[in-house]
Amino acid sequence: MLGNTTLTEFLDGLRTVPQHQPWPRHLLDERAWMDLLHQLAESDWTLLGLWADGGEVHAALRDEEDGAVAVASLSCPERKYPSLSEVRPGAIRLERALRDLWGITPVGLSDPRPWLDHGRWPVSRPLALPRGPAPETPVDYPFLPVEGEALHIIPVGPVHAGVIEPGHFRFTCSGESVVRLEARLGYTHKGVEELMAGKPLAEAAKLAARLSGDSTVAYSLAFARAVEAATASEAPPRAHWLRALMAELERIANHLLDVGGVCNDAAFPVMLAHCTTLREEVLRANAACFGHRLLMDRILPGGVSHDLTREGGATLRKLCATLAQRLNILVDIYDDLPSLQDRTVGTGIVRPALARRFGAGGVVGRASMQGGDARKAVAYPPYDELDFAVPTQPLGDVNARIWQRIEELRESLSLVNQLMDGMPGGPLTRPIPTRGGEGMALVEGFRGEILLWLRLSEAGKVVRCHPRDPSWFQWPLLEAAIENNIVADFPLCNKSFNCSYSGVDL
Amino acid sequence: MIPLLWGILHTLLVVAAAPWATGLTRRVKARLQGRRGASCWQPYRDLWRLLQKDSVIADSASWLFHITPYVVFVAVWLAATILPTLTTDMIMTPAADLIALVALLGVARFFTALAGLDAGTAFGGLGASREMFIASLGEPAMLMVTFSLSVLAHTTSPAHLVEFVLAGHVGLEVSVGLAMGALLMVALAESGRIPIDNPATHLELTMVHEAMVLEYSGRHLALMEAAAMMRQLLFLSLIICLFLPWGIARPGDAAPWLLVGLAAWIAKVAALSVVLAAYESWIAKMRLFRIADFLGGALLLALLATIFLYVSEAL
Repeated sequence: MLGNTTLTEFLDGLRTVPQHQPWPRHLLDERAWMDLLHQLAESDWTLLGLWADGGEVHAALRDEEDGAVAVASLSCPERKYPSLSEVRPGAIRLERALRDLWGITPVGLSDPRPWLDHGRWPVSRPLALPRGPAPETPVDYPFLPVEGEALHIIPVGPVHAGVIEPGHFRFTCSGESVVRLEARLGYTHKGVEELMAGKPLAEAAKLAARLSGDSTVAYSLAFARAVEAATASEAPPRAHWLRALMAELERIANHLLDVGGVCNDAAFPVMLAHCTTLREEVLRANAACFGHRLLMDRILPGGVSHDLTREGGATLRKLCATLAQRLNILVDIYDDLPSLQDRTVGTGIVRPALARRFGAGGVVGRASMQGGDARKAVAYPPYDELDFAVPTQPLGDVNARIWQRIEELRESLSLVNQLMDGMPGGPLTRPIPTRGGEGMALVEGFRGEILLWLRLSEAGKVVRCHPRDPSWFQWPLLEAAIENNIVADFPLCNKSFNCSYSGVDL
Repeated sequence: MIPLLWGILHTLLVVAAAPWATGLTRRVKARLQGRRGASCWQPYRDLWRLLQKDSVIADSASWLFHITPYVVFVAVWLAATILPTLTTDMIMTPAADLIALVALLGVARFFTALAGLDAGTAFGGLGASREMFIASLGEPAMLMVTFSLSVLAHTTSPAHLVEFVLAGHVGLEVSVGLAMGALLMVALAESGRIPIDNPATHLELTMVHEAMVLEYSGRHLALMEAAAMMRQLLFLSLIICLFLPWGIARPGDAAPWLLVGLAAWIAKVAALSVVLAAYESWIAKMRLFRIADFLGGALLLALLATIFLYVSEAL
């Protein structure tokens, strides 16, 4: 019985929250939550997110068999709940973050260390009521112990030599081989959840767009879709198509930079130089068509802020033609360079089973045989009308992640053309009704699937908004990918993951 | 009196021209990447800027850390003066040979590696261990090249080697080809270029030479950087004087011939710098442990060159 239950069957009959859209949210009691844990051990439902709101803990799940998504909620008046980490290791960091922010304890979580709270905040449990006092003495952060002879430790960061985000990496090595890598993040914590609370939609949308700058379109889209779900409204068709167009342009720009960046980290800067010029052309086309190079704040709840003119359309078509042609040249260079392939093939392998266990999506997941893509799985408009494939790679090494990006680039270029061909006319926005409700959105950013959940008050303000970056489930895989590789190959692995720091530091 | 003046010019030239050669390589690389690139003279400005800055020294650093930049700079400078540039008639000719050159580079490397360890940072240790790993293979290969050439010319003095080549005693010999191949490979490794090391990287975890000098700043860094540039020029000079010596002035030549020698040397350095930049632009860095195969190959080539010489003489 256990293994064959679908998520819908399992949650059927439990109390549901009426205003939660578009997927149901069920209220579980402690016993039902424990049943859920047992069921998770048997089934292969993916954990999409875990967050808290007041005294409640929410877990979003997806049944990969039928694509059903649901949120399970547990009220925890004693500020503790049974941990999901045993059955879904991807939950470990989410639970640690949740404990730091809300002071809600996951019972059974084996890792007692804080995650986001480095002991430098003026308070502790900043989202809980009442808040806790700040620690009086500096907090010591014990890294996981490694035992053995002739091991040495290399601490790297949080300040790096390149212009990248801050994060601390602790390598334990035996000679050049990495025995264990442990990452410590949280250095760019900015209190997004608290900042968003009580804000009107326009202001909260701006905050969402700035959570992780390179994914600004994806986050704006996720926020807009969640608001529209919560208020039972719908953006006009032309807005949907323009949003998808922007999302694909963002994906193209970022994938180009990543392909070049990985090659640069193998000391082949020619590729980065070419990729950067291509990306620059995308950014200039963005600025010409929508008035912002990174398309920040172009997607708003209810629609989009800028229309695409006829000239803009012509610019984008020309851009796609150039990109497709020059991308092929770059791919040939990559493919014909044994010295580069020698670095990428077989380096930093993520086994498919591990990617599955952590529920990792995006480039990292798909390069290890995971087929998840919110554009297909959720099929939000207009992707339900478009023809595209979700490529995957079997090997899960750095090379696979490069090829994954190249193939996704090709799909995105085709999507941009399709979007231009089929773009419907009509208005750009529809007003958002002022009403309360809860909404959730799953949107495919360039890193992977972004989950954004929010609750609106009757006055139409944000009460609670939780954005879950895809990197939450990809960072732990980096630690696994580097094992038994050499230290000198870490930058290559890290760049091929290109996880977000800001997105997970909240 | 006049030879002394030329000797002083030669001694200053190997210091003064080194940043230019590095700047030229960087500029050509930038052009090949589609960038405009900084001027060839930029390294001079960088060194001048660093020389004017204060040096920040780690609390844990010992006297070794302080003296290393001077030792390294002097050792590499001395090594560079051993090689003839514009003329073979030099003050150093009777005093030092290629084996002394290898030894002086070894001294510089030894002190750099110790200084890398001295401050006690993880990166310094990482760089030092990698440098020693590379040196353990590169130095024997370099010595083997020297031996095979000395078997051929019955001398280890570079000036006499140049004379020997110029006298036309060397035809198309397999051994010379093998030795040249080995020397090119060793030169890439010893001067810290791609595919062995990437002097332009900001990724600490991948560095070799840069990791050892990471703790240096100000005038100390300027000396270390200048020494690295000189070492690159030294290897270019070595390749020139062993395999492309034509144009160099000989003892007894009049002053105009010395100027021709100077011009020829500059042109050859420029040409080799461009070739180096082009080569670096079309290859990625090697996986660290592949360096063993690469330098092992160099050692093997040099060894074969020596063996062939013995065999051909015995026959």
